[in-house]
Amino acid sequence: MLAEDFSSKQYPRDGFGHALLELAEKNPRVVALTAGVSESVRTHWFAEKFPDRFFQMGIAEQNMIGAAVGLSLTGFIPYASSFGSFMPSRSFDQIRVSMCYNKVKVNLVSTHCGLNTGEDGASAQMMEDFSMMRALPNMTVIAPCDYLETKKAVIAAANYPESVYIRVGREKTPVITTESTPFKIGKAEIFREGKDVTIMACGLMVFEAIKAAKELEKQNISAEIINLHTIKPIDSEAIIKSAKKTGAVVTAEEHQIYGGMGSAIAEVLSQNYPVPMKMVAMNDVFGVSGRMDELFKAYNLDSSAIVRQALAIMKLKK
Amino acid sequence: MDKSVIQKIKENAILIRKDSIRITTLVNSGHPGGSLSAADIFATLYFHVLKHNPKKPDWEDRDRFILSAGHICPALYCTMAHAGYFPVEELNTLRKYSSRLQGHPSRTSLPGIETSTGSLGQGISVSIGMALGLKLKKSISRVYCLMGDGEQNEGQVWEAAQSAAQYKLDNLTGIVDWNDVQQDGRNSDVMGIEPLKEKYESFGWHAITIDGNNVEELLEAFDEANRTKGKPSVILAKTVMGKHVSFMEGKFEYHGKTLKPEQAEKAYKEIENAG
Repeated sequence: MLAEDFSSKQYPRDGFGHALLELAEKNPRVVALTAGVSESVRTHWFAEKFPDRFFQMGIAEQNMIGAAVGLSLTGFIPYASSFGSFMPSRSFDQIRVSMCYNKVKVNLVSTHCGLNTGEDGASAQMMEDFSMMRALPNMTVIAPCDYLETKKAVIAAANYPESVYIRVGREKTPVITTESTPFKIGKAEIFREGKDVTIMACGLMVFEAIKAAKELEKQNISAEIINLHTIKPIDSEAIIKSAKKTGAVVTAEEHQIYGGMGSAIAEVLSQNYPVPMKMVAMNDVFGVSGRMDELFKAYNLDSSAIVRQALAIMKLKK
Repeated sequence: MDKSVIQKIKENAILIRKDSIRITTLVNSGHPGGSLSAADIFATLYFHVLKHNPKKPDWEDRDRFILSAGHICPALYCTMAHAGYFPVEELNTLRKYSSRLQGHPSRTSLPGIETSTGSLGQGISVSIGMALGLKLKKSISRVYCLMGDGEQNEGQVWEAAQSAAQYKLDNLTGIVDWNDVQQDGRNSDVMGIEPLKEKYESFGWHAITIDGNNVEELLEAFDEANRTKGKPSVILAKTVMGKHVSFMEGKFEYHGKTLKPEQAEKAYKEIENAG
């Protein structure tokens, strides 16, 4: 189901750009809006090929959300895109009222999210978006794990009945899935079967989870990996089933520890099947400038942090 | 202009004013002041300017009306009821539990509401998206967006203004209900918006300043906006807060304060006499 090796690297945001082209060719109702960062978010290919359906909205994210809503209300399928720090963060109220309360479907694709945005520093490293977006009624939240999954998510969003928020990072990352890896909004995927502990991860942390599982195997610990690409609606069934099987859960996400994917999993398990849990996430601090690998290590957002938490939880289990 | 058209608009403006007071007093909640200042704008739009069908609110070729200043929806609901969107009796449910007439307009509650508003500055951006969408569909429908003057303080309004000019949205008419007061006081004391006409013009809009409580001037301004090509238009409608009720006129206190039943009785008489 997964790639044979993970040597090929691609930008997940390229997955957005490529998916948008595919969609637009098939469906004349697909339109795209960008807030002055078209090449960075990869809408520039669409803009070149479908200029009439591309709306450059300038550095004005609040107005962009409203414009996307208006386009949706006149019968189009809008994809609005910017960097995570500006959308959803800066345009949260517009997303809340004009999109969600208004029940108008708009697909949001935010790039440059997470610590991997590295050198740009803390203001650009959006790590509060899951928390904001999953608090909103009528909103779906997806964090794909690689280029191919991003592409699938963007395509699936087109005809999904509700607004979708898709968050990707900036960096080129290993392609771990294949064309045939299943993807369905709201359905968690087991990427590795295990029996001692479950690692539930999303985004770039899925790759870190795979590395961690290999490391744990050397210590005779069998880790199950769940790719929880959809954070809302959350796949409670898959989460509970795996927790019952392994009895311990480590969560890993490139997001603040409060209100993110780990919190969402804790909400499910604490109310249904409590098991010991550990969370790998940003520990309520802002990042700094640096390379992705340096930052992942410094802020304990890598495979070794997952291994440490898995070992700690194994003790709790006993 | 046909005198009977003007007469019809004026008669409905009286009904809108009286009902706006009646229903906000009934529920002891809501925003009567701005409802009165904008009554003539609502009446002119719904009883002459707008291409719409109250029996078929989702008619594809309709013009779109967006109330960006969502808090003055009592006047919008009264206008819609008298235009035939729903029974006038339903106005009595304003702001009550399970009513379709929410405290701020809700698209999913009431057919005919084009977009939910209540957070200032957002309606104008949605209007721009609609104007873009209608142009893309080669529709000749127009978009009308009514904003408050206090709303002009919101940064989003100016993000929207620059984009409407950039896309040459001549199918969009903005209207500012310029009653000169907002919740905390006079605009100039709270956060001045002048020179508003020059601001819109410098943002690339065609701006028309009129007496917004004068139906003839409103009709002419809408006509001028429709004739203006290559750029969006905005009608800066100078109005009076609480218009036609002597003890409300110009008083910012009535932005969000309702009348007591005995005050309401007095107001109805003054409104009738003024009409």
